[in-house]
Amino acid sequence: MTDKDQYKIRKEPFYQAQGKEVALYEAAYVARLPVMIKGPTGCGKSRFVEYMAWRLGKPLITVACNEDMTASDLVGRYILEANGTRWLDGPLTTAARIGAICYLDEIVEARQDTTVVIHPLTDHRRTLPLDKKGELIEAHPDFQLVISYNPGYQSLLKDLKQSTKQRFTAFEFDYPDAQLETGIVAKETGTDETLAGKLVKIGRTARNLKGHGLDEGISTRLLVYAATLIKGGVEPRDACRMALVRPITDDADIRDTLDHAIDATFAV
Amino acid sequence: MTEANTAYEHPLMKAYREQLSCGFPQVAEVFEDCMAEALSVLSKEGINAYLEYARFLCKMGRGVEPVLIFLEEWPSIATTLGESALPAISDFIRKMWKSPNGRAIVPFLQTLAATSRRLHSQEQMQDYMDLALAFMERTTGSIHGIHTTFASPGLPEFFKHSPYLLNQVSIAGLKNWVEYGIRNYGDHPERQQDYFSLQSADSRAMLQKERHGTLLVDNERKLDLYLRGLWQTDAHFVPYSLKFDELRKPIPYYDKLGIRLPDVYDDVNDVSGLDRYRAVLAHIIGHQRWTTAIFADNYSPFQRMAIEFFEDARVEALAMREYPGLRRLFIKLHPKPLENACDPETTSCLRHRLAMLSRALLDPQHGYCDAQLLDFTQRFHDLMAPGGSNTESSTEEIASLALSYVAKTRRQSDQFARVHFGNTEVDYRDDNRHMWRFHEQSDDEEMFDDHRKIVLEEEELQGLPPRHYPEWDCNSQTYRPDWASVYEALHPKGNPAHIDQLLIKHAALAKRLKRMLDLLKPQDKVRIRYQEEGSELDLDVALRSLIDYKSGATPDPRINMSHKTSGRDIAVMLLLDLSESLNEKASGPGDTSDQTILQLSQEAVSLLAWAVDKLGDPFAIGGFHSNTRHDVRYLHIKGYSERWDDEVKGRLAAMQAAYSTRMGAAMRHAAHYLQAQKADKKLMLILTDGEPSDVDTKDERLLIEDARQAVKELDQKGIYTYCINLDPKADEYVADIFGKQYTVIDNIQRLPERLPQLFIALTK
Repeated sequence: MTDKDQYKIRKEPFYQAQGKEVALYEAAYVARLPVMIKGPTGCGKSRFVEYMAWRLGKPLITVACNEDMTASDLVGRYILEANGTRWLDGPLTTAARIGAICYLDEIVEARQDTTVVIHPLTDHRRTLPLDKKGELIEAHPDFQLVISYNPGYQSLLKDLKQSTKQRFTAFEFDYPDAQLETGIVAKETGTDETLAGKLVKIGRTARNLKGHGLDEGISTRLLVYAATLIKGGVEPRDACRMALVRPITDDADIRDTLDHAIDATFAV
Repeated sequence: MTEANTAYEHPLMKAYREQLSCGFPQVAEVFEDCMAEALSVLSKEGINAYLEYARFLCKMGRGVEPVLIFLEEWPSIATTLGESALPAISDFIRKMWKSPNGRAIVPFLQTLAATSRRLHSQEQMQDYMDLALAFMERTTGSIHGIHTTFASPGLPEFFKHSPYLLNQVSIAGLKNWVEYGIRNYGDHPERQQDYFSLQSADSRAMLQKERHGTLLVDNERKLDLYLRGLWQTDAHFVPYSLKFDELRKPIPYYDKLGIRLPDVYDDVNDVSGLDRYRAVLAHIIGHQRWTTAIFADNYSPFQRMAIEFFEDARVEALAMREYPGLRRLFIKLHPKPLENACDPETTSCLRHRLAMLSRALLDPQHGYCDAQLLDFTQRFHDLMAPGGSNTESSTEEIASLALSYVAKTRRQSDQFARVHFGNTEVDYRDDNRHMWRFHEQSDDEEMFDDHRKIVLEEEELQGLPPRHYPEWDCNSQTYRPDWASVYEALHPKGNPAHIDQLLIKHAALAKRLKRMLDLLKPQDKVRIRYQEEGSELDLDVALRSLIDYKSGATPDPRINMSHKTSGRDIAVMLLLDLSESLNEKASGPGDTSDQTILQLSQEAVSLLAWAVDKLGDPFAIGGFHSNTRHDVRYLHIKGYSERWDDEVKGRLAAMQAAYSTRMGAAMRHAAHYLQAQKADKKLMLILTDGEPSDVDTKDERLLIEDARQAVKELDQKGIYTYCINLDPKADEYVADIFGKQYTVIDNIQRLPERLPQLFIALTK
């Protein structure tokens, strides 16, 4: 039997609620409804799931989805051993067996035929057929499926099938408002509120440019990076350039504008 | 002085006068003054050369003007350039004198002092004269082998404007500008004059291109991003030129039509031109956010000026509250008048006082110690102090503070006509016209004239305004800015049933095409399994093979897999040449019908449009023809968002051919639509029946090279161009333009069949 404890979250992750999402998630968990979390990158989707797993005291198995992922990567496969083959459970199967929360991060990155394998787990059946092994797994009563994706990719190819979408309850996340975000950056890194406020201001500048050459604005995560660098003794303007501007754009005009925003925000 | 003294002349002066030996009475009048100045700055040899040369100018038979100017100007020129510059200059003048360009000597001498101040060194001066000499030689006319008979029309104009020109551009830039003028107007005296006297539009445009400083057009996107990013607003920028309005410098302002900004900013005090634009915008946005217009009628001009200064300071304070770093920028750009720069006994000092106050409001380290200034600075900050209920204050509150300032500091001398302006202009601030409302529109009794004018203007607005595109000049390897004007219009509508009939006529072909299209239908990235050689191991199949192998059966060696993408993301633009030549009868082997090329193109385009519509790729159709560079017409037939419906078919049915083929401009125009499409691949198909040509261009290479340049530009924008040429003799030029990306269709009868097939092949 798999060691359940290794998937437990031991320390409380810092999570600042933006609305009623904590209570709503708890309600969904009580009914074991699958949950989908949408939102731009770095706005706290994964952190939220981690926090909820800690709060509910359940193990959490996270799978980062990618284009090359096949159904076997989720469900499991036979592997070779010295004297024959052995079945190895995939993360989804493990979660269903031990009663963990299975979190499929960036689900749209996975190929569409892969995502179909989660269907039987997400409706009233709550089962997972392993056709290669000839086994039907009844999901553990504690098992819950959570997926996240970033609708900002805007590619027609990268969207979930309706049949997948309609199996989930959903939260729509966005970057928190300025005051809340300031609090988050300050709390997460231990910097003072004034500095955090300035960083948030630069972040919002970039978010205003979304769609005008930027696919995504500066995420809360990057703001935290910048604050961390500054706390480590880096000059604020350099830290901002390094953590906020250079990663998100190669467009010289946008880089210039954001650099100016940094200069305008940090008076000497 | 007594009369006797005036008559007396120093013997030395007399000797000089004799040395000059110039009989013009005007020279005698100024001679003594000029000599006095010359003696103070020139060496002994210098004086000698000075008089010698003046003597030459006097005798050369060009009237009194050259010698007068020389006598007056030389001493100051010699101080900037050095006395040794004289031989080179005299040499140059002599060359002009020997050519038919004697008329240009006067303007040259007139502006010599100013030009030498701009050029500083003798080397630069030499460059300038070499440039002028080349100019002279190339534009001096000769007819039927009689050399240099006509004077250069542009040279005198050029000399007249040279100080101004050198103020704007470097010698190298000037050279390019002159080169352009000679090349394009060398054989057209009136136009040449217009060009070199800066009257014509492209003369200014060329000069603008060579200018130093930060051009607005180059940075519009950055400023747009600045507004959007930092201020969450957007605006339309309207440039105005500072250059042709020497007396009354326009200042930035905004109104309903947009924000007016100078077309170029030089760097000042370490502030880049771009940052100066940003400062102007920050100030203007401040007004837009925080200023409410107040009634002006009850205030005197002084009061209004004071209110404007205070209000400017208020919106800047609020903007700096938002972005503290702006203070650095504003301080660098704001003048810092000296406290005692203005004498209140003789001059009106209100402007000076207000500029100091404005500086003090902005800069905490202002260092002024005037009691009232300090008092009002304090009162301003109290008013703006954060923490209270009304932390932003208001235009009205600030107006009352300004009024009390005017009342407190009023001086009798403020009424003087002489106003102290020096160092009081804050050039990043706008003219505040938006701040004032007026109870009365005008003092005139009759006001209805205004209304009538507006109606007239509205009537004139028909069709879209032209878009201007540059054209490549292969002779000089430069662009001619804004050379071609493209007018875009909807293609007139005809009967859509005609197109449907064409499609029915080609039903058999359509069926064949459909089968090909089905193969092209969008599919996703697909995995190809069971490959003996592939990009990666297919673990499941590999295991199966291994099990087979271990259990003694023959294993399947195809254990790899690979991927292939077949998703389609192509935007297509079909550009049709609608020039006169399309009306010719199509000729070809086995030609029996009497269809024109136009009709065949119509059939081909209809089929292609039908095919692309079936595929679902974004697709647009445009037609073009031209009647000189001033009238390139782009006819809109189908846009990307339009469906393949009767509206579009109707336009296609009404296709008509006329005029010439200015391909480059049309391609650039079509590209700006295609560029806006979001697609991985962008394809522009050009259907034409001949080489680019136009009635106003004699040299046929020019337009071919321009089209080739347009292809290069498009390539840089990620647009793939492909030409379908119906001219059997096209090979001579089409490869020059399109490289390998073309097909020549000899048998035009087969065009309806070939065009869709070509498209399918291109996008497979």
